[in-house]
Amino acid sequence: MTKILIRGAKVLGGEPQDVLIDGETVAAVGTGLDAGDATVIEAAGKILLPGLVDLHTHLREPGREDSETVLTGTRAAASGGYTAVFAMANTFPVADTAGVVEQVWRLGKESGYCDVQPIGAVTVGLEGKQLSELGAMHDSAAGVTVFSDDGKCVDDAVIMRRALEYVKAFGGVIAQHAQEPRLTEGAQMNEGVVSAELGLGGWPAVAEESIIARDVLLAEHVGSRVHICHLSTAGSVEIVRWAKSRGIDVTAEVTPHHLLLTDELVRSYNPVYKVNPPLRTERDVMALREALADGTIDIVATDHAPHPHEDKDCEWAAAAMGMVGLETALSVVQQTMVETGLLDWAGVAERMSFKPASIGGLAGHGRPIAVGEPANLTLLDSAYRGVVDPAGFASRSRNTPYEGRELPGRVTHTFLRGRATVVDGKLA
Amino acid sequence: MLHLSGGSPRTPGHLISAADLSRDDAVLILDTAEEMARVADRPIKKLPTLRGRTVVNLFFEDSTRTRISFEAAAKRLSADVINFSAKGSSVSKGESLKDTALTLEAMGADAVVIRHHASGAPYRLATSGWIDGVVVNAGDGTHEHPTQALLDAFTMRRRLIGPDAGLGQDLSGRRITIVGDVLHSRVARSNVHLLGTLGAEVTLVAPPTLVPVGVESWPCEVSYDLDQVLPKSDAVMMLRVQRERMNAAFFPTEREYARRYGLDGDRMARMPEHAVVMHPGPMNRGMEITAEVADSDRCTAVEQVANGVSIRMAVLYLLLGGSEPAVTNNATARTEENK
Repeated sequence: MTKILIRGAKVLGGEPQDVLIDGETVAAVGTGLDAGDATVIEAAGKILLPGLVDLHTHLREPGREDSETVLTGTRAAASGGYTAVFAMANTFPVADTAGVVEQVWRLGKESGYCDVQPIGAVTVGLEGKQLSELGAMHDSAAGVTVFSDDGKCVDDAVIMRRALEYVKAFGGVIAQHAQEPRLTEGAQMNEGVVSAELGLGGWPAVAEESIIARDVLLAEHVGSRVHICHLSTAGSVEIVRWAKSRGIDVTAEVTPHHLLLTDELVRSYNPVYKVNPPLRTERDVMALREALADGTIDIVATDHAPHPHEDKDCEWAAAAMGMVGLETALSVVQQTMVETGLLDWAGVAERMSFKPASIGGLAGHGRPIAVGEPANLTLLDSAYRGVVDPAGFASRSRNTPYEGRELPGRVTHTFLRGRATVVDGKLA
Repeated sequence: MLHLSGGSPRTPGHLISAADLSRDDAVLILDTAEEMARVADRPIKKLPTLRGRTVVNLFFEDSTRTRISFEAAAKRLSADVINFSAKGSSVSKGESLKDTALTLEAMGADAVVIRHHASGAPYRLATSGWIDGVVVNAGDGTHEHPTQALLDAFTMRRRLIGPDAGLGQDLSGRRITIVGDVLHSRVARSNVHLLGTLGAEVTLVAPPTLVPVGVESWPCEVSYDLDQVLPKSDAVMMLRVQRERMNAAFFPTEREYARRYGLDGDRMARMPEHAVVMHPGPMNRGMEITAEVADSDRCTAVEQVANGVSIRMAVLYLLLGGSEPAVTNNATARTEENK
């Protein structure tokens, strides 16, 4: 069995400790641990976190292997410190059957870089008309518990209600892409001062907020659990805060890019900033940070959305929506949440590992760094400063909004059940 | 050689947005257009200024009027003109803009006049590194149409101050009212920016459904009541209303729109005597403007078309920096000889 001793790392940002990995599990945590025959990683000053878990990743396989595959996507995930990702269902074919989700799940096993937990589509073909075989996907080898039509909103209130009710039978959760379709016809960017000037179709905040309001009320009515994907506006925060105060079983996620970037960047007409939901205003960004800090927003999820160069190297209106995020997420969270004093590292672990694993019902991830637990670990050099260079990305796509931007922090090691997937910042 | 003194800070050497023009640049264009306008009065309406230069009219969206206006302008400056209508080609992924740009670059286009249905396409063309030539925005999506705003300002200056008296002047203190579908209008956006730069006070009048969210940051006033604004207007610019807007519930019926926001003879009578009525064309007679108003002496729609050629000559000349003055004595002599 492989033994690894991580020496002197600040576990969850706390006091320096040694962590001994033996095989697939954590064998000892303490100070002055004897290395014995273990390989030693000197980690003084570094932060040790539980392996990160992303509840919202687009791996594109099957169907769009030109933008990403399960292998390249999980390599990107490992590079970013992730040990598990939830793969969104909007593939070709759509992950709306047991067959497709099992295929994705199996590809994840084969990749070996990161566990892949498929998300099943709520409706057949993401069409919003007929429920997918949710039970069959849950019963499959993939054991699907999270369902989402992400990319599209389940906008029919009756279908949404039925889905919320139905998955209660096996503890599932519906993750909603909140976007009222009629209010966002032709939408290209956040509706406001900048869209008015640029003449780009507006995506109003109310199109997100009205769906969230409806869905939390539906969840309350039928006593179900709902998760809000990539929440992006100050108003959405208020609604989720109200729903939680009322005892409604709602969780919410925010993406790193919505914590850092604003719609002012769209003035460049550079499609690298085109994303759905769109980049919002400074006021929204600040509200999202506060909400993530106070727990109104439960987790950070990347919405990693790889696109090939040609889908972004064009005029704004023709460009695909989305940005890659797995390899920069932790850095952005460090900059926007930790270095601003809003969150400590234990808080980061909560929002990027413990809680996303718990929302998604993923066993073996999001566990404490303690004896007997699976050795899913991420070691971060938080003192590092570097300029983002997409040429070095493990993802097959390069559509990052951070190219040329200085971001703090660098994942130096990632361990998946005791096996290093990243060593000294490089994929193992 | 760039003759526009400052050029644009965002897109130097190109004309993408009226918002990029300084007051001095805008006045320089208007003054240069006055020179160009004189050429139109000559029997032979041609200058040798851009001989040997190639101007491509790249139109991804139909607009015969704008295209022939740019074509006439370039030809009067002796440039070679290529018309490229890309309408109907697949732009689902947008490669066609980039690939078309690369093709034009390979053919040695000195200037690309681009009309595109996507807001920002000319900006991308000018800043993406796809081509080296000068880019002139001939209307992009619902963003801007800067030469239209320039020809509108030129028309106003001529009518309100006079062709010669106007030289070197801006529109300080003039009150301009823009009426209609501001939300979808690139003409309105460009005019708000340019008229503000030139010192005019702009008021937008439209039903609230046709005013963009975020308009409060624009350098203008917004009113929903045309009758209140008319008596204080030096110029009233009527925007074309697309009939399909009705189906999208922007207003209840065509008749209600015409009643509340259309310009008819009675309303025109409430304008000051010197005030003019403008329209970028083509006009929906009976919708935003009645025939009585459209055909009156106060309506400048036809003049605007003629002025468009002068403005576009000035823009091409200033951006392409012809190797000789736009209007030389030499040129005058030559045209005189040819009489």
